[in-house]
Amino acid sequence: MATEAKVDPMHQFTIEPLFGTDHWSLAGFNVAFTNSALWMLISAVVLYAFMLGGMKRELVPGRWQMMVESMTGFIENMLSANVGKEGRKYLPYVFSLFMFILFANLLGLLPLGLIGLHPFTFTSHFTATGVLAILSFAIVLVVGFWKHGFHFFSLFVPHGTPLPMIPLIFVIELVSFLVRPFSLGLRLFVAMMAGHVLLEVLSSFVIGGANAGVFFMGLVSIPSFILMVAICALEILVAGIQAYVFALLTSLYINDAEHLH
Amino acid sequence: MPQISQLAATYSSQIFWMLVIFGAVFFLVGRGMAPKVIETMEGRDQKIAADLAAAEGARRDAQAQDDAWKAAAAKQRGEAQALIAAAKADAAKAAEVRLSAAGADAEAKVAEAEARIAMARQGALAEIETVAAEAAADIAARVAGLTVAADAARAAVKDVLHG
Repeated sequence: MATEAKVDPMHQFTIEPLFGTDHWSLAGFNVAFTNSALWMLISAVVLYAFMLGGMKRELVPGRWQMMVESMTGFIENMLSANVGKEGRKYLPYVFSLFMFILFANLLGLLPLGLIGLHPFTFTSHFTATGVLAILSFAIVLVVGFWKHGFHFFSLFVPHGTPLPMIPLIFVIELVSFLVRPFSLGLRLFVAMMAGHVLLEVLSSFVIGGANAGVFFMGLVSIPSFILMVAICALEILVAGIQAYVFALLTSLYINDAEHLH
Repeated sequence: MPQISQLAATYSSQIFWMLVIFGAVFFLVGRGMAPKVIETMEGRDQKIAADLAAAEGARRDAQAQDDAWKAAAAKQRGEAQALIAAAKADAAKAAEVRLSAAGADAEAKVAEAEARIAMARQGALAEIETVAAEAAADIAARVAGLTVAADAARAAVKDVLHG
């Protein structure tokens, strides 16, 4: 069972309450401090430490301050390109979102298993990504109805739609609008989970092949290991891309709410 | 798949901690730090723009001063040239005046000298006549034993001399 658990590619996503927090609850709901919550906290702390380097506020920035500024400038550019000058007020949210997801994805990829720790990627849980997706969607709804009132529904009727088509288009657009939080949350969850499962499966090939003798080691383990190295590089890319996509889609949706079509 | 098999047991904890920790990230990092970073960047951009504008202004200022200096130099050179020309003309005129004065002076001196020469010659001629008359009278007395009156001798000499 123990060796079986070691190569169970799904085991890495198991949520475990940490040291005696099992029965913490709030209004009847279990709020145990789990390994998932721990890695959220670690991501937040690392992100905070990273941002401290940008707080030197020097006229001529050092490397660290430059990194922080390029990240901030990147999100600011994305917002001003997609939302326009109203995008500035969403910078805190979109920046937090992007950096939090990015740090979570990257920290979850750290090879901490080598020193006996278990990295946990909470972005591979749709309960976590769903919260972020629903937050983004809620912001879109609140901003949309706040700014445009019931005129916000014109978002579902593109300009120039022929009159007989309006009811049909309205339904289609409404459904595609309502699917947004799901696609937003599921995309991140699926991308992160798929990459981690793939790495785990390949690592089980490496171990299994090595255990089966020299021939299988050469045939299976070594190619799998080379593939793992390549996929690790790909996963780092995916970690960045998924954080970017989440932030980009959020800013596009905010643009819909700000400007309709 | 623990995401689904553990859903009922863990969803409240996941949602709670996500909200708490992401909320903390939003307020500390998103609202606390990111705007300051943007502010720093904008401050720097503004400073660079202001410095560039100041440099451009200084350059234009220097250009204007250079132009003014060049114009002043050209004007002063013109004035100097005019002064030199005037001085040259003055000097030429003064030289001319002095030259003509000196010429007149020299002419007067020459005329005076010529007059003196003429007088001297006259005097010398008269002297010669007297000496010649005396000599003639003396010669006549010694040779012929004649006593010739001085007036007669002078008349005779004058006759001979002026032919």
